[in-house]
Amino acid sequence: MSPATRVMEAVDETQAVKRPAFEVIYDWVTTVDHKKIGIMYIVYALIFLVIGGVEAILMRIQLAVPNNHFVSPQVFNQLFTMHGTTMIFFMAMPILFGFGNYLVPLMIGARDMAFPRLNAFSFWVSAFGGFLLYFSYLGGSGLYAAGSAPDVGWFAYAPLTAKVFSPGHSTDYWTLAVLLSGIGSIGTALNTVTTILCMRCRGMKLTKMPLLPWLYLVMSGMVFIAVSPLTAAQIMLMLDRYVGSHFFDTQAGGSAVLWMHYFWIFGHPEVYILILPTFAFMNEIIPVFSRKAIFGYPAMVAASVGIGFISLGVWAHHMFAVGMGPAGNTFFVFATMVISVPTGIKIFNWLATIWGGKVIFSLPMMFAIGFLFQFLIAGLTGIMLSAAPFDWQLTGSYFVVAHFHYVIVGGIIFSLFAAFYYWYPKATGRMLNTTLGKWHFWLFLIGFHLTFDFMHIPGILGMPRRIYTYEASRGWGTWNFIIGVGAIFQAIAVIIFAYNLVRSYFKGDIAGHDPWDAWTLEWATPSPPPVYNFAHDPTVNSRRPLWDLKHPEEPDSDFE
Amino acid sequence: MLGGLALTATAHAGSATSIFSPAGTPAQSIFSLSMLVLSVTAVIFLIVAGLLLYAILRYRHRPTDTDREPPQIYGSNQIELSWTVIPILIVVMLFLTTTRVILGTEHIPKPANALDVTVVGHQFWWEYSYPKYGVVTANELHVPVSDPASMTPTYLNMTSADTDHSFWVPRLAGKMDLIPNRINTMWIDPQQPGLYLGQCAQYCGTQHAKMLLRVYAETPAGFAAWIKHQQQSANEDFTGNPEAAAGKEVFMHNACINCHTVRGTVATGRFGPDLTHLASRDTIASGAFPNNAANLRQWVDDPNSMKPGSLMPSMHLNQHDLDLITAYLITLH
Repeated sequence: MSPATRVMEAVDETQAVKRPAFEVIYDWVTTVDHKKIGIMYIVYALIFLVIGGVEAILMRIQLAVPNNHFVSPQVFNQLFTMHGTTMIFFMAMPILFGFGNYLVPLMIGARDMAFPRLNAFSFWVSAFGGFLLYFSYLGGSGLYAAGSAPDVGWFAYAPLTAKVFSPGHSTDYWTLAVLLSGIGSIGTALNTVTTILCMRCRGMKLTKMPLLPWLYLVMSGMVFIAVSPLTAAQIMLMLDRYVGSHFFDTQAGGSAVLWMHYFWIFGHPEVYILILPTFAFMNEIIPVFSRKAIFGYPAMVAASVGIGFISLGVWAHHMFAVGMGPAGNTFFVFATMVISVPTGIKIFNWLATIWGGKVIFSLPMMFAIGFLFQFLIAGLTGIMLSAAPFDWQLTGSYFVVAHFHYVIVGGIIFSLFAAFYYWYPKATGRMLNTTLGKWHFWLFLIGFHLTFDFMHIPGILGMPRRIYTYEASRGWGTWNFIIGVGAIFQAIAVIIFAYNLVRSYFKGDIAGHDPWDAWTLEWATPSPPPVYNFAHDPTVNSRRPLWDLKHPEEPDSDFE
Repeated sequence: MLGGLALTATAHAGSATSIFSPAGTPAQSIFSLSMLVLSVTAVIFLIVAGLLLYAILRYRHRPTDTDREPPQIYGSNQIELSWTVIPILIVVMLFLTTTRVILGTEHIPKPANALDVTVVGHQFWWEYSYPKYGVVTANELHVPVSDPASMTPTYLNMTSADTDHSFWVPRLAGKMDLIPNRINTMWIDPQQPGLYLGQCAQYCGTQHAKMLLRVYAETPAGFAAWIKHQQQSANEDFTGNPEAAAGKEVFMHNACINCHTVRGTVATGRFGPDLTHLASRDTIASGAFPNNAANLRQWVDDPNSMKPGSLMPSMHLNQHDLDLITAYLITLH
């Protein structure tokens, strides 16, 4: 009997026993099970996705017509600050860590993360950061006046964050929230690296590990290097604000550019920290629904590691207009352009995986295909922005907003939706509804392109970002109106998706342990998997253990 | 998609702030580079998107398929090498071209007849001074046109008095940040007389949106006349205009003088815009409103009603004093 069959024998321990609500809540709050923590990350991130989305809609209403008075300038500035901070630190990071938490131990045949209690701590500390960020609406003068949410931008450039320009406590809330989120991220990264390096099942050499854990390994390494400087910068900013140090306090000789370096040495790798896990989802989903092994596994690993390294050397391409001079500018142009090579390799390898396959247009695959086209565009506008002189025009304009929403919404959010449709059956035992899923896909796709395609144009026509209004004579009105309509489409699509998540939990079709006929270890467990994942520790001989099991006549292990 | 974008944007090249209708050397060289980069990326897009589309449609699963699983292919060194090497060549080409434009903009010798202007960014207005002529003004930058045959570019030496700002007039050049404790330089050389618009491009606080930029390019004679006029002290001739004379008294006896300069008077504040030739400007509040008596009056009465978050406080003057002060301000031509 092969090891994988033995794994499938695992007893279903999730017998439905009706328990009092208090016990269920207590169980979730005190859990150290990686799957429950993963689900909590995902649920909390979804809540913040909705909050951040509402903020986005409010901004789009304000900008839909020129000279609008829907919100005041200060409220608008709070909205874009909260939207950015929420989406990066309390939506994208936690949701990706959530998927990692859930999937990494399952895919490497482990029973849990290496440090289950650190795992729970990281979750709660990061969730508390999100709570604190929104508590700012009540803090300070908030209960009595318009609210004291931060309005310094998610990038919080010095010296606007200095006490003299940002009195009150809104900036303190922002700093603490981001600091806590950073501590949580570093804890989870440490945990993920240790888990992947020390807890793989028998036979799973690094070269036989699926690509998802590989990408989480690279991503977690980057979190150490990138998030630590951010955490340091938050502490320096707090010292400036509380004990009167002068790191970033320009009125006393501090440096505004120093903050930019600290921020972007986090901020740019952050983009790749977010995109690597989404590449990981693609690496699992595209092969399964093309019915082929991933094309060029070693190149995919090498490209990921390459992206990890190079991304640490490109941060100042956010600073082409800071006056670094020709030497600095050319260096960062080069590093930024070079990173397109490993990224291109990934896109070409996915193309080659599809090539000669039998593509099944299931919902995960539809979102994956959307991802491929949109990420291609995101990459190409990225190349435009890497040409520093072109960037002198485009940086700080709506073109940049369009570009990075192609990365973050067109890339990350699309691949997350793909991941939801793909792994929801594993986590809940039930399938998501296909009809609702198709409505979700098409509405979101159309809304996405209406919004972010057209957002390139006002940028080219000279519209800066972060402005709460504009004159009708500038000719940006039509474009902003279309952008607003697209945003509404996206909102409706997300509502359908949320409804689908809840409805299918109770009424969805029973999934079975392997609804997609997939090949990695998580599909060898029951759905949902029992607390300890595997009744017997699995042993693997190849990157696709279930393929070997299903196709004993041509096992992968013969070809790798 | 990108091609469509480029077309749409080109169709709007006439827009007053379009980066695709350059009117000066730096903007022009950026525009040429942009066209190259746009063409290269558009071609890459067409090829890759075409291949993707083809693969998805050609290799879709058909109900008639007998085999469930296609042949498994694990990789190919030759193919993978080709899509590593070709992109590297494209990158090297783009990098070299980009570097040439960077050096051509940032690394050229400054002509002897260049005009120097010091630009200071404030929350939320612009201060311009011409050290060679002893002129200080605000919000409306006047520069001479530059004849391509004998260039007379204007060098903007820029810093900030408070938070970060960014100077962006898309038809003249890209943007350059204004950062406290630091002097950044950029140059512009508008080649046609006219008004060029732009605005602050770095988030600087509540009224970032209404920190608008206006650059007036003038013929050499027009510019000389403008400078000559700006060099004079403020108007002191109130003959037949007792209201203005009284308004001056109101101005000089209120906190106005702590922040504003009116050359030739006791008002020497530096926190707000220099008002010496206020009435000679087309706009007030950094380009946000037309400069006329009604707007000036409301501005002095309650700036935050016009531009919430503006740092000028309401002066709490009575209606009579407001009339007087307005009468005075409109004489500062």
